[in-house]
Amino acid sequence: MIKSADVVVIGGGVVGCSTAYNLAKLGAGKVVVLEKNYLASGSTGRCGAGMRMQWGTETNCLLSRESVKMLSHLPELLNVDVDIEFTQNGYLMPAYSEKMAEQFKQNLVLQNSLAIPAKWVTPEESLEIVPFLNTKGMLGATYCAEDGHCNPFKVTEAYAQAAKKLQVEIYTNTQVLGIVTENGKIVSVRTNQGDIQTDTVVNAAGGYAKEVGRMVGVELPIFPERHEILVTEPVEPTMGPMVMSFYHNLYCQQSPHGSFIMGIGHPNEPEGYDINSSWQFLRDMVERVVEILPPLAGLNIVRQWAGLYDMCPDRTPILGNSPQLQRFYTAAGFSGHGFMISPITGQLMAEMIVGKPTAFPIQMFDAGRFERGELFVEPSVV
Amino acid sequence: MEQNDITICRCEDITLGEIREQIALGKHTIEEIKRACRAGMGPCQGRTCAPLIANEIAKATGKPISEIPLAKFRPSTLPIKMASLLGGEKHD
Ligand SMILES: Cc1cc2nc3c(=O)[nH]c(=O)nc-3n(C[C@H](O)[C@H](O)[C@H](O)COP(=O)(O)OP(=O)(O)OC[C@H]3O[C@@H](n4cnc5c(N)ncnc54)[C@H](O)[C@@H]3O)c2cc1C
Repeated sequence: MIKSADVVVIGGGVVGCSTAYNLAKLGAGKVVVLEKNYLASGSTGRCGAGMRMQWGTETNCLLSRESVKMLSHLPELLNVDVDIEFTQNGYLMPAYSEKMAEQFKQNLVLQNSLAIPAKWVTPEESLEIVPFLNTKGMLGATYCAEDGHCNPFKVTEAYAQAAKKLQVEIYTNTQVLGIVTENGKIVSVRTNQGDIQTDTVVNAAGGYAKEVGRMVGVELPIFPERHEILVTEPVEPTMGPMVMSFYHNLYCQQSPHGSFIMGIGHPNEPEGYDINSSWQFLRDMVERVVEILPPLAGLNIVRQWAGLYDMCPDRTPILGNSPQLQRFYTAAGFSGHGFMISPITGQLMAEMIVGKPTAFPIQMFDAGRFERGELFVEPSVV
Repeated sequence: MEQNDITICRCEDITLGEIREQIALGKHTIEEIKRACRAGMGPCQGRTCAPLIANEIAKATGKPISEIPLAKFRPSTLPIKMASLLGGEKHD
């Protein structure tokens, strides 16, 4: 294994690979990615694969809007031959209470001001978009036709291939065990395959970001939370958009492959690294999804699994330096939507690390914002 | 028929040629190959193709087959209809 590097990225998920590629592109020198299992073995390879621009904070709107733009031609952008299965079939987000409708309409004003083409649709109009939707109790929905889907394994692979072309070294089966610091500076990263000298580390460890922070004595407020998900047998294309209901706390979409992928958030899920599957999830999931999409009852479930959300208290990621330690950067705390914003996240992280002006202001997302009490609360998360 | 045209994963229609392509790209575990091309992601979860893929990896890497880890089997063991999970105590 390489003995020294200019930047060591910890984590071979989509964020780590995107950051590594962008670092190399901006001339950050020798960049290394360390992944304890294989690429996309963490949350990235377990995610729902949805990408939406309908958010409640300006930042999330901008990050997702820019990322969708990049994803729409990612293979060309990266000059790789990988089909990332990019599709734009929209997201339909029904509202069931006056309060929810109010919040959604407020979000729409923000989204439209940022050129995100989301709109309010009545229950009748929703039926034109998803004909078998049960509109009982629905006051309406927001719909953005340009939201959609991308294959997370392939997006990670695309970034990894592009990074390798720029001489980034990616070590899989390589676990970071510790980070050595001296006088407030990073000097090396310890792994189960040997040590790498470096003064710059990017913590892109997803649900394990807090553990990596602790390796340098930085306490990040990110915590892991299990989220379960399932997939059905593939069938003919019947449902265009992702249906995401905050009331039912669920999301469900038909992938380009034909299978339906769906998950729910569980309000009582304890913090922890458990990613086992449960039968309770199957019961809850089916009960709730069949309520709003009744014909799905006829589908066979072929597989269920779980992954970690890297949660942040305000549901907005930490992107930046840690006040306590120079050149220790964190890109984590994505709270369930890190895949769709990974293209721009990698670019912004790289710009910040090489000291270039960032495409968007992101200084305020550093880990210090919790001490300053400057939170960015995202209201629209399952 | 070309050897590469032989279907290895019947659920997802993946051929030997496609598996070899992934191995050549450096994917040397069943888990990685599964994620790259869907082999083993169908309803049977790789019961048929996993040993065949393991064999190909062993041949290509020179490792004994006992050292090629199997992919994770996930619930449900057999495909299960959503409708059969509905009902029960609520309607008693
Ligand atoms: C069920 C579920 C559904 C989701 N649905 C969506 C969705 O529809 N849309 C969306 O945008 N997002 C979704 N997400 C969130 C998304 O998956 C994550 O935000 C995103 O994948 C984060 O990527 P990452 O690279 O930061 O983390 P990860 O993919 O988790 O990568 C971190 C990597 O770091 C490695 N690592 C950890 N510790 C170490 C160490 N000590 N040494 C070496 N390597 C280490 C891990 O093995 C892992 O591969 C979902 C998540 C889940 C769990």
